[in-house]
Amino acid sequence: MSIAKDAKQAAQGAMQGMMAKAVALAPDSWVPGGKPDPLIQHRHGHVGQPVSRIDGPLKVTGNARFAAEFSFEGMVYGALSYATIARGRVTALDTAEAEAAPGVVAVMTHLNAPRLNPPPVFMSAAKAAGGDDLPVMQDDRVHWNGQPIAVVLAETQEQADHAASLVRATYAQEPPITSFAQAMAQGTAPGLFMGQPLHNASGDAEAALAAAEVRIDRTYRTPRHNHNAIELHAATVAWDGDTLRIHDASQLVAHTAWSIARMFGIEENQVVVTSPFVGGGFGGKCLWQHQIIAAAAAKLAGRPVRLVLSREGVYRLVGGRSLTEQRVALGANREGQLAALIHTGTTAKTRHNVLPEPFIMPTRSAYAAENLLLDVQTVELDMLANTFMRAPGESVGTFALESAMDELAEALGMDPIELRLRNEPEKDPLSGLPFSSRHLSESWRAGAERFGWHLRSPRPAAHRDGEWLVGMGCATGTYPYYRMPGGAARITLTDEGRAAVDIAAHEMGMGTATAQTQVAAERLGLPLDAVAFNYGDSTLPGVVLAGGSQQTASIGASVIAAHRALVRELLRIAGNDSPLAGLGPDEVAGRDGGLCKHDAPDRQESYASILRRAGQKSLTVEARPPDPLETMHWSMHSHAAMFCEVRVNAVTGEPRISRFLGSFDCGRILNPKTAASQFRGGIIMGMGLALMEETQFDERSGRVMNPSLSEYHVPVHMDVPEIDVIWNDIADPHTPMGARGIGEIGITGTAAAIANAVYNATGKRVRDLPITLDKLL
Amino acid sequence: MTIAVNGTIVSLPDDPRVSLLDLLREHLHLPGTKKGCNQGACGACTVLADGERILSCLALAVQYEGRAITTVEGLATDEGLHPLQAAFIEHDGFQCGYCTPGQICSAIGMADELRRGVPSHVTRDLAAPVIALTHDELRERMSGNLCRCGAHNGIVEAIAETFAELVP
Repeated sequence: MSIAKDAKQAAQGAMQGMMAKAVALAPDSWVPGGKPDPLIQHRHGHVGQPVSRIDGPLKVTGNARFAAEFSFEGMVYGALSYATIARGRVTALDTAEAEAAPGVVAVMTHLNAPRLNPPPVFMSAAKAAGGDDLPVMQDDRVHWNGQPIAVVLAETQEQADHAASLVRATYAQEPPITSFAQAMAQGTAPGLFMGQPLHNASGDAEAALAAAEVRIDRTYRTPRHNHNAIELHAATVAWDGDTLRIHDASQLVAHTAWSIARMFGIEENQVVVTSPFVGGGFGGKCLWQHQIIAAAAAKLAGRPVRLVLSREGVYRLVGGRSLTEQRVALGANREGQLAALIHTGTTAKTRHNVLPEPFIMPTRSAYAAENLLLDVQTVELDMLANTFMRAPGESVGTFALESAMDELAEALGMDPIELRLRNEPEKDPLSGLPFSSRHLSESWRAGAERFGWHLRSPRPAAHRDGEWLVGMGCATGTYPYYRMPGGAARITLTDEGRAAVDIAAHEMGMGTATAQTQVAAERLGLPLDAVAFNYGDSTLPGVVLAGGSQQTASIGASVIAAHRALVRELLRIAGNDSPLAGLGPDEVAGRDGGLCKHDAPDRQESYASILRRAGQKSLTVEARPPDPLETMHWSMHSHAAMFCEVRVNAVTGEPRISRFLGSFDCGRILNPKTAASQFRGGIIMGMGLALMEETQFDERSGRVMNPSLSEYHVPVHMDVPEIDVIWNDIADPHTPMGARGIGEIGITGTAAAIANAVYNATGKRVRDLPITLDKLL
Repeated sequence: MTIAVNGTIVSLPDDPRVSLLDLLREHLHLPGTKKGCNQGACGACTVLADGERILSCLALAVQYEGRAITTVEGLATDEGLHPLQAAFIEHDGFQCGYCTPGQICSAIGMADELRRGVPSHVTRDLAAPVIALTHDELRERMSGNLCRCGAHNGIVEAIAETFAELVP
């Protein structure tokens, strides 16, 4: 990042800060969400039903088509060669042997690639999608160990793979910075996240810490992680004249279309990105070099291209979560009331991306501490740009914060749940904003009872079953409610009483298509099978990121806006002969395939009847929701109480999770079946975070050493117990449908709950993840 | 040289480097079998060869000359889904759906291994003619099929329900 860009980001941040103050003071009714979504009152309709996934039959029969499974006539296959130095220049690239290999159609390097603008880096513009802003195969510079330096196109994948192994590069190396400690020793810089400094201070936290009756001051470390979606990143692309068609695996189709258009100097509507199914995303299925290289190579060769990354290629090209070193210092009185809460530390990024792992995010609204000091410092390394991975910030931040809370509880001789309850804030501790909805205390109580928390011994290493040490731990999970600007949706209603909702959103397994079909059907008063939810196509309305657990809110608000426009238009064309004559949009609701008066359901007319009388086969409306000012007016967060029981082998040190419960406070649950899977999925990734996951980075060479699923361990069936999940289903009155996002909260708090249980089982406090058996011997 | 895929006899490729997985996906246009690592670590490419589960990414297509391969596309019949496919939907045994074909084929192969008394790491009686599908046996034997979305509980429930006759 250049200084100019930092300054621009800071200026934008200051503007947002001033606006936030104004919105905070505005009356509720001026703010989106000021009036509860009427759907919150629908308790016996489609919303809240455990509907099985509507794409289930396609997925279990192998008929769901993923990015690498579309074909074009005359398509060739790509294979990449990667740089083997962390910093320097390519002085010579010998591609002759590769070009002469059987079946090879072209070899593209920086010497012959079409000229491209650099990728617009994420958050530098509304639709910027780039993982970094480095030029893609445009010059001889090497910025990280593993950067693609050549792509071979051949008639078959086997031919391309073989030829790629024949590309020979010579380098002029420059000394890279690849050591975290060395970089920290040279000085750190303040972290910025979404234009705002990752720094908060209220009162004098250090003085309060020094004066506190009971103190904890610890350092926690978390390593690099990779998303490791099982689907390999892939793009199948073709040029039709100046129009580019991309079958992508994407969690941001509209952003990708705009960004690639900018790179190729063409119009946004000349790039069509579709992504009907995504084989797991978790923050990793955004815009990286493979889509760009595939598009450039297709242009160079004049042939459609399929480029599927190898598993190693995913580790080389697609960024993951960066490492952190975090200090948490807590000062409290003997009653456990926090006087000082300090959460500071350092993370690594690159010069070319904008995401410092924002590990203080969960701490901002966690506890009613009088004095707070939160700060993220960054260092810049010569490595692949890091990026968002499930709950960036909260996942690793809650590990540190909630481990420290457990340590403080022990120092106080207090039950760790009681400690948390005593510090439950009445309003947001930093902003002073009221919470839109916060029922964490109830989640703690319900969870503790169901889990049997009273059976836990407060004394560590007190419970042994044969050669297994058994312990329990708990932690708070939290994730913010977000709704990003740019949403829009289109609704088409036909005179046969069918509706289609079109929005450029994404289904990566969250259950979006299913839950949103339920929501739209309920809003319209239609049966589920009369509603089609169309998504995953950049030509549809809306700029909707499947990230930040915000898709449900973004789609929900967009559909509310489109629905309102639809109702207004229906009432207009219904005219004076309709039983609805004279009613306004606020007086009617969708029911039984038409509109009716709220409080007089017999004043009803079907959509089919309205449209036919008006002589229309169909009616289409499109609308945008208001900007998401609600997040400046309320402090909006989901919460969870996490409970874990572990068994640690006293002989081998092997840790096994035997029981886990997540007790969630996440607003209204739209579909209990798919929601439970989201909660469990997050918890299981949290188990990996706690016990096994680490992207091993060679600090000498800057190269990832375990770029495979056999050496990067993720939880397997044998690692996963039956996971209990409960929720309070209390609607948030200020969000669409009363729901808050649920995709990321499961990974938050989980690692700390496990680490705390390991301590309770063994008396060993592990502060650097993952908790592998060598640390417990 | 031919191979039977879901009951259809097809020719094997000329290039001996073509894996069984790529034969299915790229030559026969049966992309239901998934590529998650191409190095035998994730199980997404699991298919049945004469009823036994194999990793098709680690199998060269020509090695399977004359064998009968069943992929996820070959499990449903005119009467409907295979019971395990239906159970995966009912128990939400997937989210993104990418590991799902491998999980389903693997589970069908696994059930047959239990019936034949093939022991696993957690089997106590190695001489038992038929091995019971306990919770641990199921999870141990399915651990070669990775799922990153975290649908493990639903997958286990779906398999246990479908092969209930093996559950003690």
